[in-house]
Amino acid sequence: MTGLIDTVLAGVLLGGIYALFALGLSLIFGIMRLVNLAHGDLILLAAYLVLTATTALGLPLAVATLLVIAAMFALGFILQRLVLERLLGDDILPPLLVTFGLSIIIQNGLLLVFGADSQRLQAGAFESSSIMLAPGLGIGLAPLTALILAILAVALLQLVFYRTSLGRAFRATADNPQIAQLMGIDHRNIYAAAVGISLAVSVVAAVAFGIRANFDPSIGPARLLYAFEAVIIGGLGSLWGTLAGGIVLGLAQTIGARIDPEWQILAGHLAFLAVLMVRPRGLFPSRRP
Amino acid sequence: MTALLNVTALDAFYGDFQALFGIDLELHPGEAVAVIGANGSGKSTLLKSLAGLVRSRPDAIRLAGQNIGDVAAAKIVRMGLALVPEGRQLFPSLSVEENLLIGAYGGDRKSPWDLGAIYRMFPVLGERRKSSVTVLSGGQQQMIAIGRALMSNPSILLCDEISLGLAPIIVENIYQMIPRIRENGTGVIVVEQDIARALRSTDRFYCLQEGHVTLSGRPSDVDQAAIRAAYFGT
Repeated sequence: MTGLIDTVLAGVLLGGIYALFALGLSLIFGIMRLVNLAHGDLILLAAYLVLTATTALGLPLAVATLLVIAAMFALGFILQRLVLERLLGDDILPPLLVTFGLSIIIQNGLLLVFGADSQRLQAGAFESSSIMLAPGLGIGLAPLTALILAILAVALLQLVFYRTSLGRAFRATADNPQIAQLMGIDHRNIYAAAVGISLAVSVVAAVAFGIRANFDPSIGPARLLYAFEAVIIGGLGSLWGTLAGGIVLGLAQTIGARIDPEWQILAGHLAFLAVLMVRPRGLFPSRRP
Repeated sequence: MTALLNVTALDAFYGDFQALFGIDLELHPGEAVAVIGANGSGKSTLLKSLAGLVRSRPDAIRLAGQNIGDVAAAKIVRMGLALVPEGRQLFPSLSVEENLLIGAYGGDRKSPWDLGAIYRMFPVLGERRKSSVTVLSGGQQQMIAIGRALMSNPSILLCDEISLGLAPIIVENIYQMIPRIRENGTGVIVVEQDIARALRSTDRFYCLQEGHVTLSGRPSDVDQAAIRAAYFGT
């Protein structure tokens, strides 16, 4: 019994990480219908930047994270204004090709600078400490923090989207960028802010992930795949749905791994396919057609 | 009196296709002007050029003396020119009130139009302020589109086919607010296919045909036959 609860808890906590991976992807798809194939590699870039700030510069992890959040927001803003902006249009192929190319460039750039060795973010005692819920049933503080961060990130984004003037501008631009211009909204800056926020959230994902697992430059595309699955399971255009999608994926993987360790990844993909068959638009699709 | 809006020899293009040829037009504070013409005569293109959605020669359009022909749409609305687009084009993800609020996005133009003023003019919008715009009637949606444009407190309001698809009594209701808008010195340009409706509410008119102004003047000075000829090109 404790084993089962333990598995479910671990699954939910893992889901928090997947949700963090997926939020940024969900955000830019929702606002500008852009599928960013470099999303996983950008998460890794963030992880390496935080690693560099903590090791080479010796900054505390929290300070390094805040610094890299600011840097990645700026990078996202510039990336959109200089590169991605030129690709938006009726044709969906150019954004796919260019972000795919970007993915390869980032991967090889990381390999060149940091080498192929596995790395890990050091969080001191925090990474191994846990709270005991019952004898034999503990939850790690680091994974719990990741889940809480995921919930906070969704809540904060919802607040920005539905309670602020900037959020109204995001939603209006997503509905109709041309008419949004008639309201005095510069859609290019709105899109750039969206990509900036997406990459800022990815830094949180990178830190949550980098504390609990080893990473090397080649694993970006797999993060992208999990992010995609979480977004699709949750339903396009819904941030709470994306959180739920991440948790479903995490649960499926830990339950699969418990049956047989080799089944972890497969179980996640099977859950994804099962959701697609039963609810092709995801668990919580947005009302917008 | 200097004009609020001066249009001089305005040409407009969609790629290689020329939609407007040498349009001259002016609008004074508090004045209402109709632009009439058949389908495809260039009426909507004219409004899109004024609002900045179609770019033109910088000095072809002057707003209160400033060249705005090549200024971006998002800047032009903050300079005081707002467009009520054809087909209303509300934001379906936003509520009634949010659609109105977004009209004032980033603006700091002071004058009479705020949420309270819009709700006093169209009380039904106040009652349904939390509703999704998609469940409202066509007439109510048109009120939101007009209110949204007014929220930027424009000195010039452009209305593109605001009677389209609405029952005659609703159209009368909507047109009754034009004098109220002009009271504050706002100039209004209405584009209509319904000639009689447009001429009843305006001081002057311009008739477009295939991208040219074929006739202009005061409705009382021009006879029906001349308008018909300018409209159909017979």
